[in-house]
Amino acid sequence: MAALQVEGLARHYGEREALSDVSLSLAEGQTLVVFGPNGAGKTTLLRVLATLLRPHAGQVRVLGSSLPQQAWAVRGRVGLLGHEPLLYRELTARENLRFHARLHGVAEERVHELLEAVAMSARGGEPLRTLSRGMVQRVAVARAVLHDPALLLLDEPHSNLDPAAIELVAPLIGAGSGRTRVICSHDPTGALAEADVVLGLRAGRPALLRAAGAVDPVEITELYR
Amino acid sequence: MSALARETPAPQGEPTEAARAGGPGTLSVVGALLRKELLVELRTLESVPGMSLFAVTTFVVFHFALNRSSVEGDLAAGILWVTLLFAGILGINRLFVADADQGGFDGFLLAPVDRSAMLIAKALTLLAYLVVLELVAVPAFALLLLGPPLGPALPELLVTLALGDLGVAVIGTLVAALAVRTRARDLLGPLLALPLLVPIVIGGARATSPLLALTHPQGPAARWLLTMGLYDLVFGLIAYALFDFLLED
Amino acid sequence: MERSSRPEAGLIKTNRRAPGGTPTASRPVAYGRGLRALSISTVVAMALALGLVFFYAPLEAEQGFLQKIFYVHVPLAIVALCGFVLGGLLAIQHLRTRDPRWDMRSYVAIHMSLIFAVGTLITGSIWAKGSWGHWWVWNEPTLVSFLIVFLLYATYQPLRFAIEDPERQARYASVFAITAGAFVPMNFIAVRLSTAYLHPRVLGSTSNLPGPMALTFLVSLVAMALLYATLCKYELTAKHARAQVRALRRRLAGEGADTTSRPRSAAPALQPTTAMTAHTAGRPGF
Repeated sequence: MAALQVEGLARHYGEREALSDVSLSLAEGQTLVVFGPNGAGKTTLLRVLATLLRPHAGQVRVLGSSLPQQAWAVRGRVGLLGHEPLLYRELTARENLRFHARLHGVAEERVHELLEAVAMSARGGEPLRTLSRGMVQRVAVARAVLHDPALLLLDEPHSNLDPAAIELVAPLIGAGSGRTRVICSHDPTGALAEADVVLGLRAGRPALLRAAGAVDPVEITELYR
Repeated sequence: MSALARETPAPQGEPTEAARAGGPGTLSVVGALLRKELLVELRTLESVPGMSLFAVTTFVVFHFALNRSSVEGDLAAGILWVTLLFAGILGINRLFVADADQGGFDGFLLAPVDRSAMLIAKALTLLAYLVVLELVAVPAFALLLLGPPLGPALPELLVTLALGDLGVAVIGTLVAALAVRTRARDLLGPLLALPLLVPIVIGGARATSPLLALTHPQGPAARWLLTMGLYDLVFGLIAYALFDFLLED
Repeated sequence: MERSSRPEAGLIKTNRRAPGGTPTASRPVAYGRGLRALSISTVVAMALALGLVFFYAPLEAEQGFLQKIFYVHVPLAIVALCGFVLGGLLAIQHLRTRDPRWDMRSYVAIHMSLIFAVGTLITGSIWAKGSWGHWWVWNEPTLVSFLIVFLLYATYQPLRFAIEDPERQARYASVFAITAGAFVPMNFIAVRLSTAYLHPRVLGSTSNLPGPMALTFLVSLVAMALLYATLCKYELTAKHARAQVRALRRRLAGEGADTTSRPRSAAPALQPTTAMTAHTAGRPGF
């Protein structure tokens, strides 16, 4: 069963086409990397797949369920790591994760597990507003994988993370995690190494879609012209 | 309701199935949300103290504006209800701000839960704020401005206030959700809420007025309590039906 | 890329179909169908109503000639109220089907009702001044309820204007329209209760009207309803035409033209579809 099956997806914002005629398919365990300049529709695509936005046209099937009719079946199985950490600044890391755990019906032990995994146990009792952005991003990673999602949607996941932190979160959201992943990235060489399929977006339209092996980094930089 | 939800492209599908699909039940989600609300409020103290202080200050302003040291009957009922209403509006304005600004909506929308849980949790939160507000404001009112003694009128006053609070909580949550993601959120909230709450003010003030009369204080007329109760029920149902549409992006 | 303005001029037609097929630059979808018939019947009804009001309806004993404003004030009120509730019903359709055309209809219904509500308040005020000596009276529950409803619906456009994302604007506006539509009857009940037992009705009730007055009232009501329907249809037609022009302009400008040039607005805009620039057999737009 394909993890993702998208055909002719379109989403408009007023009279502007945010996404237009996007089609792709991704098998389980594979990684799709989406490139494109700002405003190309990468974040929109991610949010549609996360069920936060409804498709205006086309067919979208995520983990076997079609959107938007069966969005409720998808929700507990997708993890989103976007630009916003989706955490409350006044609460501590532990309180934030506990809250999300309750929302997803996840046991409390998992919160401790993940805080350990992102090396935030020591500072898990301090309000997030006192932490650095890198630390907040680590807690956000923990939140994204708290419910052990089958599909990970990552929007520039390594922003705000230093190389040590990137290594730290690799088992959770990296290639070694074994999950199906969709990554939005601006880093041609680095992300390309992890990709199985590459999608290049320009002004909401797919400019490039093929297996990663057949893509030259130069083509990706072309997208940004 | 469920058949309707299934056949129309309602907000992202059937809510009860979501719970059955392995997500936590609505009650525990409401509990989790309430706990979060309480924690945030206790840390920031940005709603309740402000509302209470505002009410007490308003009583003082009324004293000078009306040039009265003691009020009773219609005037007392009016001052009390208007002050509580405006203080409530302060709470309404702040109700969803933390969620809107810190990505709380997305976090909740990604969870496999019934979305009405947020409506229930937020309305209960606002209700709690109003109750605490009244714990401060009503004694302050009795101290500063009220002529007749409050004691004998208290039980019926509490019932009337409870019905009014329910109305403000329901309408307030709906309006707050409408206003928070617009550009003029602080202005639109009150502008939308005030006309919608006029029937509550009518019912509340008319019901309270005989309670606070100097001579021959009487109980509230059942008519007003029924009006408020009916209003609460109707808008409770409407809010429940429409809330999901406000949460989507 | 240069935009040619010439083809647009001839394309926007109402109620006429070009014979045969026209090549590339399309025939528009027939909209505004029945508009002429509707306008004519409105004019006829209004003329009839005016005639009845001035020449047929008897002078009322107490208030004299001024009472005739009743034939304008009350129909305005009834049509405005029904219009608000209609706006709510149309909004329910919008939320159910997510079709932006329902939102457009809801917007126009509410917009027009708001204008009629202003008319109600003004005529009511004139009537109050004439009969009671004051420009505003609190004793008349209908007028007071109207004021509250007016104040509520006056926030409809500021609400829409404050939301930039058109889809969210339409959705939030629909939620508002449904809430406000439910509010209208509840508000009337509440205000009626609060004034009924305290003061006598100032401006008289509309029940127990003698024959000729009842007939005149009925005709006035029908005329007002027709006027409302005609004005709504004109506005919908105009908006559709504007959307069609925009769609054509975009098509002429070609791909990659600046499509975000539309300024922020409170009014819903129709999504320009291929149907607007396609050669269709004249399915009515509204």
